[in-house]
Amino acid sequence: MSGIRRDPRARFGLAVLAAAAVVAAAAPAVSSGRPAAQRDVAATRFLPPLATDVYGAFHPLGTDRFGRDVWTRLVYGARVSLAVGTLAVLLGSAVGVAVGAAAGYGPGAVRLLLLALTDFALAVPRVVLVLVLAALWRPGTALVVLVLGLTGWMSVARLVHAEVRALAARPFVEAAVALGLSRGRVLVRHLLPHALTPVIAAAALGVGNAILLETGLSFLGLGVQPPTASWGNMIASGRDTLVNAPWVAAAPGAALVLVVVACTLLGDAIHDALARGA
Amino acid sequence: MLGYGARRAATGLAVVAGVVTLTFVLLRLAPGDPVEYWLGPAATPAQLAAARHALGFDRPLAVQYLAWLGRFLRGDWGQSLATGRPVAAVLWDAVPATATLVGLSLAASYALGVAVAAVQAAGGRRLDTCLSVATVTLSALPGYWLGLMLVAVFAYEARWLPAFGTAALDADTLSAWGRLADRLRHLALPLATLTLIGVGGAARFARGAMLDVRRQPFVRTAHAKGLPPRVVARRHVARNALVPVVTLLGLSLPALFSGAVFVEAVFAWPGVGRLLVEAVRARDYPVVTAAAAVSALLVVAGNLLAEFGLVALDPRLRDRPAP
Repeated sequence: MSGIRRDPRARFGLAVLAAAAVVAAAAPAVSSGRPAAQRDVAATRFLPPLATDVYGAFHPLGTDRFGRDVWTRLVYGARVSLAVGTLAVLLGSAVGVAVGAAAGYGPGAVRLLLLALTDFALAVPRVVLVLVLAALWRPGTALVVLVLGLTGWMSVARLVHAEVRALAARPFVEAAVALGLSRGRVLVRHLLPHALTPVIAAAALGVGNAILLETGLSFLGLGVQPPTASWGNMIASGRDTLVNAPWVAAAPGAALVLVVVACTLLGDAIHDALARGA
Repeated sequence: MLGYGARRAATGLAVVAGVVTLTFVLLRLAPGDPVEYWLGPAATPAQLAAARHALGFDRPLAVQYLAWLGRFLRGDWGQSLATGRPVAAVLWDAVPATATLVGLSLAASYALGVAVAAVQAAGGRRLDTCLSVATVTLSALPGYWLGLMLVAVFAYEARWLPAFGTAALDADTLSAWGRLADRLRHLALPLATLTLIGVGGAARFARGAMLDVRRQPFVRTAHAKGLPPRVVARRHVARNALVPVVTLLGLSLPALFSGAVFVEAVFAWPGVGRLLVEAVRARDYPVVTAAAAVSALLVVAGNLLAEFGLVALDPRLRDRPAP
């Protein structure tokens, strides 16, 4: 893992994600602080980037059709999008680790059942399931986290299962069993800590994917609901004003791409560092 | 080969059956009464009860499921609750549009992706880094956003291409060639959107596969026995690197279909994805279930085709589960 600090991909990824997290956390300090604020709509709407409105307020990324500041909505939307992506991946990883560990160290029947379940879940088109779930229950932020988490555990389960199975044959595990430790203790204290490293790389990639899907759902109106700003519903509202105010949709999309690229590069760097170390 | 094919096909059908069952159960478990939604707030309790009875919603879930499954298997997919049209006809109209879009973009993105990867694997370090940055960025693009940006540039600014739909309003008045050109112009932006997103992932994966194969001892042997580099690249590296690439081709179908759902929504492309989104919004249960079944079927069929392609490339894989 030592090489990762010198890996430019890891540096870039970490820098972008840290910057995004800081800006999101400090949203009230780095913006006007009121993402839904509207004043004279007719006088302040569709201002281009770097414009100053009639009240003397500066809009670095312009305003949308209600005269709301795009930069302010962007940083408040970052809070929602980053939190949803992270929480969904945490949930998905937890489910994946549990399923993978049970499949890798449980009795044969459990393993077959869980692996069949994983293969089945992998073959289901995720978007179909997500759409059905998100549309039928009342759309909202918590539902999006739940839906993305419960449809994103399969690759982690496969990774953990393979790792646990490989580790279970290693001498240090035999030694732990020979010492008379219970199966549960061997699994939690000796197997899982080693099996978790590849999960980290998968999680970094997963955050990017989860954010992409969250914004996609919000874009279709099935995710985070307005007036709460999320990058997806910002792009959706910019869609209607694409002709006269393209910056409303362009800004959140560019932020989204930057964050997803950062997640991908960080995940790749961790993956390669682990492969070198192994 | 036949036994292998039958086994894989049976697994695929099991997946489709599972998806259909899951969709059916989820729809019935969802909170809120869909009948109230369809009939509107002015419906009397008697009307609600009559509608529920007519649709079979007053029967136990298991009975509803078996009755529906029987009709579904016989090809009687019921009628759309939103439009009254037969569900099978609604879907049948939508499948070609999605198949065209997804099939063409799959072919285009893999051809382009493998070409980019070959350039990366053969070229210098700087070129490799530049192209890697490009492919990572492409694979991070959300389809609906890229679609909107392409529309902003090519439809609204440059006015070269139409922004949505499959054909112009006056398409019927055009000559045969004019109609074809009109179709292609409408296809251009959705296809470009899906392909651009796909190229990134395909190129990243193909590059990794080629670099892996190049490190193998048999490649060094081929070089050592004096084969020209071009022959080694084609016969030894490319063929072996294609094995994981073809696997991904099959596995990327679900992702591509997901992308198609959003791209179809942006471009008003009358495919299965848009149908699904609209049916889900309108709580059109028969259409949602059937659309889920058809999309699962498309995905499973794609996976199967990719697996047979793999076995053709590397017969050793027949006895092993797919990687």
